[in-house]
Amino acid sequence: MPIEVRLPTVLRSHAGGRSTVQVDGSTIREVLEELATSYPGLKGQIIADNGALHRFVNVYVNDDDVRYLDNLDTKVSSGDVVSILPAVAGGCRAIQREPEG
Amino acid sequence: MFRMLLLRSEIYEEIVAHCIRGLPAEACGLLSGDPDTATVQRCYLTRNAAASARLYTVDPLDHLRADRDAESRGEQIIGVFHSHTHTDAYPSPTDVEQAPDPSWHYVVVSLRDIYPSLRSYRIIQGVISEEEVVIDGHSMIGRIWS
Repeated sequence: MPIEVRLPTVLRSHAGGRSTVQVDGSTIREVLEELATSYPGLKGQIIADNGALHRFVNVYVNDDDVRYLDNLDTKVSSGDVVSILPAVAGGCRAIQREPEG
Repeated sequence: MFRMLLLRSEIYEEIVAHCIRGLPAEACGLLSGDPDTATVQRCYLTRNAAASARLYTVDPLDHLRADRDAESRGEQIIGVFHSHTHTDAYPSPTDVEQAPDPSWHYVVVSLRDIYPSLRSYRIIQGVISEEEVVIDGHSMIGRIWS
């Protein structure tokens, strides 16, 4: 059944500029695999080589982060919206000096 | 591509205040607006899921809500801001490594000195370029360098 997938701006160029695409699947894994089949440029961008979600990507089903559900095995059904967003992180750790004294 | 970031002073104040309130941890948020003109229309004050003085992670659910809200207003997320509590307003190697989108503006607020310092950068393929910050039509780089 078709699931609506919302893509972040950084990945839209791999999907013909679309912000939303429809793909089939009954789990997040199936949806993301189908997405990579339909748009080969997305392959490797969302699922890492080890088969898990890429650490710099967050995937949601409706309002829930799939990491707090069943991860790639999270079930989806018609009417669900899958959103993909980049994980936004950083900080000064790499150049932080220990406080003196 | 615009090499500047246009802000209103109210948004500047919201960003800096959020960073101060977040002390001693780093604070973070997202910037929404028009990517074609590099104009920030609003900022989303997000939680730092890392809750650390040395790291930030925009809370994933806050990010989702901000993204949806921006889209419902015909805007999009065009950048991120975060604070450096003890270092200068320049992207760290961690910031560069994890910069998610080359089209975004990366704002860093330093709280190291007596007054906060807000600066903005583009990070494209690991290369950092500072850009002009214009607040209510006034160039902040011009005020520093003149």
